[in-house]
Amino acid sequence: MNAIFASALMIVGSLFCLVAAVGMLRLPDTLIRMHAATKAGTLGAGCILLAGAVVAAELGTTLKAIAVIVFLLLTAPVAAHLIGRAAYHQGIALFEKTWIDELGEAMSAAPADPPGPGPVPEPSEDKQGSGT
Amino acid sequence: MIPDGPTLISMASRLTLALLLVSVALTFIRLVRGPRAADRIVALDLIAVLIVAFVGAYAIFAEDTSFLDVAIAYALIAFLGTVALSRFLLRSRGRASGIPPSKKDNP
Repeated sequence: MNAIFASALMIVGSLFCLVAAVGMLRLPDTLIRMHAATKAGTLGAGCILLAGAVVAAELGTTLKAIAVIVFLLLTAPVAAHLIGRAAYHQGIALFEKTWIDELGEAMSAAPADPPGPGPVPEPSEDKQGSGT
Repeated sequence: MIPDGPTLISMASRLTLALLLVSVALTFIRLVRGPRAADRIVALDLIAVLIVAFVGAYAIFAEDTSFLDVAIAYALIAFLGTVALSRFLLRSRGRASGIPPSKKDNP
């Protein structure tokens, strides 16, 4: 029973990884490719490592596998945010059907105020356009 | 290396390793021909996650749980590499749009 469950988890996880790779190859835009990379990659690796935890079925190994999963889940949004921000500030070409660009509107509305002292407004809902 | 006959776990782990290898190869194409540096960083990040999954699947295949330590260490190093590369990208070419690294984009 454990073997069947672990095998199913492994196959599902590797299929997610394959979908992520195909999406990385075929999607039209850097930010759209990041969607495939971070989400599907993390889910695929999580499924495979969960299969490892199921196969071993002892405390230390299961904790190690779950530690890897938690670490991947914690670091994937941070890395995606940094890459998306850097890519947007590089001036990458967006996909031609992209119809919402809130970060670009915010940057063109308030261009290049110096980062010196001054009344700092409370942080609003920014950076929404630079994620996944 | 192969512990016993073709059990279900060993067959599934072999199929998993093969599919992960195909995934890494497909991502490598994007790494080679990505038009911008950001595409290459995204491809490198995905390759790192796929290698972590590969090491986890190999831990199942070889029935050796010490490969999970390798997965932990590789995940940490890959995250640091991704952060360093994207910070480098943000600092090197972000001057054209007037973005200091700590500026908040207040509307």
